[in-house]
Amino acid sequence: MTYNINNKGYYGEFGGAYIPEMLYPNVEELRQNYLKVMAEPEFQEEFHALLKDYVGRPSPLYFAKRLSAKYNTKIYLKREDLNHTGAHKINNTIGQILMAKRLGKNRIIAETGAGQHGVATATVCALMGLECIVYMGEIDIARQAPNVARMKMLGATVVPALSGSRTLKDATNEAIRDWINNPVDTHYIIGSVVGPHPYPDMVARFQAIVSQEIQWQLQEKEGTSKPDYVVACVGGGSNAAGAFYHFLEDTEVKLVAVEAAGKGVHSGESAATSILGKEGIIHGSKTLLMQTPDGQITEPYSISAGLDYPGVGPMHAHLYKSGRAEFVAITDDDAMTAGLELCKMEGIIPAIESSHALAIFEHKKFKPDDIVVVSLSGRGDKDLETYIDHFGL
Amino acid sequence: MNRINKKLQEDKKLLSIYFTAGYPDLSDTVGIIESLEKNGVDMIEIGLPFSDPLADGPTIQASSTQALKNGMTTEVLFDQLKDIRKTVSIPLIIMGYFNPMLQYGVEAFCKKCAEVGIDGLIIPDLPVDVYNDHYKSIFETHGIINVFLITPQTSEERIRFIDSISKGFIYMVSSASVTGSSSGFGDVQTNYFKRIHQMELNNPQIIGFGISDHKTFSQATQYAKGAIIGSAFVKHLKLEGKTKIEYFVNSLLQP
Ligand SMILES: Cc1ncc(COP(=O)(O)O)c(C=O)c1O
Repeated sequence: MTYNINNKGYYGEFGGAYIPEMLYPNVEELRQNYLKVMAEPEFQEEFHALLKDYVGRPSPLYFAKRLSAKYNTKIYLKREDLNHTGAHKINNTIGQILMAKRLGKNRIIAETGAGQHGVATATVCALMGLECIVYMGEIDIARQAPNVARMKMLGATVVPALSGSRTLKDATNEAIRDWINNPVDTHYIIGSVVGPHPYPDMVARFQAIVSQEIQWQLQEKEGTSKPDYVVACVGGGSNAAGAFYHFLEDTEVKLVAVEAAGKGVHSGESAATSILGKEGIIHGSKTLLMQTPDGQITEPYSISAGLDYPGVGPMHAHLYKSGRAEFVAITDDDAMTAGLELCKMEGIIPAIESSHALAIFEHKKFKPDDIVVVSLSGRGDKDLETYIDHFGL
Repeated sequence: MNRINKKLQEDKKLLSIYFTAGYPDLSDTVGIIESLEKNGVDMIEIGLPFSDPLADGPTIQASSTQALKNGMTTEVLFDQLKDIRKTVSIPLIIMGYFNPMLQYGVEAFCKKCAEVGIDGLIIPDLPVDVYNDHYKSIFETHGIINVFLITPQTSEERIRFIDSISKGFIYMVSSASVTGSSSGFGDVQTNYFKRIHQMELNNPQIIGFGISDHKTFSQATQYAKGAIIGSAFVKHLKLEGKTKIEYFVNSLLQP
C-alpha cells in the first residue's frame, strides 16, 4: 500500500478531478506539465534560490526546552512561522508562481480565508510583476482587515465573495468561476492540498521541503533522520502534507493530524471533518467533507479562520481511512490555552491554527525519549486581537 | 425509444428551458413544467439545487440558495415529480451537481429517474472518463441518457470521444463562462458554432449559456439543433413569478 498519490491522481479512493468540462483544458494543461516542469534543473534551482534568499529557508528546527521539560518528552518545533509573510503558505505560492510563468500565464487568481494564502500569493505576484486577484468571503474581509490591507499594499485586487456563506468555501467557488471565465491567460494558485488533481499533489510537493529539512536537521541534532511523531494541524492540509511528506511510507514515524473541534465536535459548531464528514465531492476532489444527508455542503466553524474549511485534502482522507495517521480534534479553548502557553514558555506567539497542533501535549501522552516534531505553521501576529479578546488581556 | 431521441428527430429547432426546482416557491416545480409545455417548449431541464454550484453565475446560484431554503431536496423533488407523466409528455432532464446524486446513490438516483419518467441527466462536474469507467452501465440499465458538455476550448479529439459515448445530444457551451453572461454572440461564437457544425458529429448539438432572447436563440439555432435558456428564464421567474410564462416563451420564439 502506498500513502502517496497513484498515477491516476488518487490517494486510495480519494482525489481525482471532478470538474466541469469548462475547466478541463486548464486542469489538463497543468496535469500534463507539472511534473515535467518541476523536474527541470532550472526550475529547481530557481525555486530553491527563492526559498533560501527570499523566504529565508531552511526554517529552524528548534528544540523547545522548557516545553519538553514540562511534558517530559523531546519537542521540536519546525519554525514555518519565521518564513517571509509568516506561514508555510509561501512555499507553495513560490512554487506555483514559477509554474505559472513556465506555462505562460500572466494573470493570477487565488482564494483566501484568513488571508495568509492571499498575502502569500499577492507577495509572489509583486515579486514577479503579475496581476493578482484574490477572492475572499465578505465575512472574512470584515474579520481579517489587516491581511486585506497587506494584500492591497502588495498590489492585489481583493474581490469579495458574496454568495453562499461568504467565507472560504465560497471564495474558492468564486476563484473557480473566474478560472472558467478566463481559461487561457490565468493560473489559479490554490492555497492548500485541495481541489482537482493535480493540485493536491503539486501543492504537497512544494510543501515537501518542510519534511525534507526536518530529516537532515534532526540528523544533525539527534543523530537520526526519523522522529517518532510528526504533529500538524489540518485545515485543507498543506502544512501537514509538507511535514508528513517524506515520512509517508515509513510507518515507524507516527503521523498526527490535528483538526479544529471548534466549540466541541458534536456542538454543531466544529470543523472536525474526519469525524463529521462523509465521502463526497468538494471543489473538484473526492474526499471527506461536512455535508447534509442530502449532499449539500455545510458551513464549518473554528475560532481559527485557517482551519474553517468543510473538507480535507484527499491525501488526508486517505491517511484517515487507512489509519496511517491518527486524527485528533482540539477545541477552540484548548488551542488558545496551548497558544498562550507557547508565548509564556518559549517566547513564540503562534498562529491559532498552529496552536491546535501544540495542544496535542495536553491531549496525548508521549514517552520521555520520544522525538515529537510539531509543525509551527505560522506566527500569531494576525491573531493578536482574537487572543486578546479570548483571554481578556 | 427515449423521449429525448424522439424529440431530436422532429424536423424543427428545439427550445429547451432550464429552471431551478423549488423556485420561486417550493411547490412551483410541477406548475412551471406544465406551463412551459403548454406554451410550446420542447424540452425542460429541471435544476436540482446545490449549495456550491461551480459552473453557475449569480442568477442560478441565487435561485439554488433560495430553493434550498424553501426546503428542496432530492427526495422532495422526486416526490413532486411522481405523477408528472400523467400531464407532461415532452422530454425532462434533471441538471444537477454530482455530490447530491452520490449521496442519494447513483444507482438509486437513476432508478428513481426512470420511475418518475425523467429521460436524461446533465451533471456538469461528473467528468466524461469517470462516467465512462464507473457509471455508464448503471445509466444504460435504467435507460437514462447522460448529456455531456463541450466548450470552445474542447479539443477536436475530445469532442470526437464525447460524441462517441453520447446517446442523445451534445450540450454546447457557447463561450468560456459560467451561466448567465449575456453579452450576445460575436464572431468568436459564430465561428465556433460553424466549426462544430462542420464536424458532422453523430449526435445533434444544443447550445446553451448566454442565450437570453430571440436574437441569441436564432443565432444559436442557425448552426445547432436547438438552444437552452436558463438564467434569462430564472430571472424572469424572479421578477414576474410564475405568471407571464407564455409571454416569455413567445418573446424567444418570435422577433
Ligand atoms: C498558519 C496557518 N496554519 C495552517 C493553516 C491551514 O491550512 P493547511 O491545512 O493547508 O496547512 C493556515 C491557513 O490559512 C495557516 O495560515
